[in-house]
Amino acid sequence: MKKVAIVASGIIKFNKSEKPLESLMLSSIRPIFENTKNLKQEDVDVVLTSTNANRNYLANIISELSGIKPKISHSVESLCNSGTNSLVSAYAYVSSGLADVALVTGADKAENPGLVLHWDMSRGEYQHPIFWSSMFTSAHMRKYGTTLEDLAYVSVKNHKNALDNPYAYFEKSFSLDDVMNSKNLAENLRLLDCSMPCDGAASVVICSEEKAKKFTDNPVWISGIGQKTISASFTKNNDLASMESTKSAVGDAYHMSNKTADDIDVVELHDAFSICEIIELEDMGLCQKGQGSKFVRDLYDTNNNKVNPRGGLIGAGHPLGATGIAQVIEIYQQLSGNAGKRQVCNAKTGLVHNMSAGSTSSTVLVLES
Amino acid sequence: MTKFEDELRNNNFVCSYCTKCQHFVWPTSDCCNKCLGDVIWKQVSRKAKLVEVSSKDEKYFCIAEFEGNIRVFGTLLENLPPQHDQSLILEKCGYDKSPKFVFKTV
Ligand SMILES: [Zn+2]
Repeated sequence: MKKVAIVASGIIKFNKSEKPLESLMLSSIRPIFENTKNLKQEDVDVVLTSTNANRNYLANIISELSGIKPKISHSVESLCNSGTNSLVSAYAYVSSGLADVALVTGADKAENPGLVLHWDMSRGEYQHPIFWSSMFTSAHMRKYGTTLEDLAYVSVKNHKNALDNPYAYFEKSFSLDDVMNSKNLAENLRLLDCSMPCDGAASVVICSEEKAKKFTDNPVWISGIGQKTISASFTKNNDLASMESTKSAVGDAYHMSNKTADDIDVVELHDAFSICEIIELEDMGLCQKGQGSKFVRDLYDTNNNKVNPRGGLIGAGHPLGATGIAQVIEIYQQLSGNAGKRQVCNAKTGLVHNMSAGSTSSTVLVLES
Repeated sequence: MTKFEDELRNNNFVCSYCTKCQHFVWPTSDCCNKCLGDVIWKQVSRKAKLVEVSSKDEKYFCIAEFEGNIRVFGTLLENLPPQHDQSLILEKCGYDKSPKFVFKTV
């Protein structure tokens, strides 16, 4: 397998707008060609799109609008981890030698479908994600004594981190009281513990080692990939204080990259809700099981932004098809030393965690400078 | 409209079942997800076990487990905080755009 590098990225501000999906995607693609030396449309032989917008022939439409005539172009959809799924598909094309340069673009509108998986009858009449989130929270509280205040610290921290991210949906900080006093959506879930659907788009270019030098002096390598789907039904998560698909995916990603949790300098993880960050930190070995809340509190108390430096989904917003790619862009910028005010000192190895449908499916990537 | 939905509307919970593998296929399907063979419709016991519980607007909702492997979200009619692993009984079920399950503690 060939080595594969991320060499360019483009992202737009996450917000709510009248712009159609194609315009959002194009807006994230244009800066890539403006800012990447030697990159021309004719260099790109793969275009993959990720969205939940149920659009036919979208990758081909985006190719035409971008002036690209790719060998391979198609959409990849997997609800909230569509973005990293499309990146993994692009990786496979490049690492196998079937293609050299791939453009991966993801976007969604706030109102696009994808939040609710109607197929999943096991959710009964409790179809909205707040209900599975509340179940994870109940289980984690019961097993590990997690409190509402512990959850609120995740939100406070990630909103604070988002202040340094010019592309984030939220542009204000929230105090612990703000979060605790935000609307009760369930007994253990507050409004500000949730990520918000919004409009957004993000794009990256990945390529083979031979091509990478042509486009950048600071490539970031995709050295580990793990993906696991345990089911499509939320209730197949046996242990609700844990995320089985995430544990499996991170194990494979660490194994492939020959890294452990101790090597990880910076992480973007899928905090769809506050409880998700706590469980994921534990399940990816970044702290011991049951210590996720304490770990978050320590990060907050020490002003350490190594977990979700762009603000995560809670601070940056969650345009489903763009989210995974935006997470990758953050770690790419961190590892190439271009994260500006968010820069985590000396970051060499980073982790991306993106999951969907109540963690029935997870994607984990290890990236290295 | 499937038999599953029709029966739920009649307050009866049936699920696809593989006689060869002797297991319920949930969510319902046209074939067994172990052997891919044919399935039949089988009555599900009304006895269940509480897996996890929370509340919204002072009404409990829960995940309950039937027959050792069929887990569903439903409403729990209870005034006091229920115990984990508590025995439940399916009080009623129905179907209106999505399945509806209502449980009581026993
Ligand atoms: Zn079978």
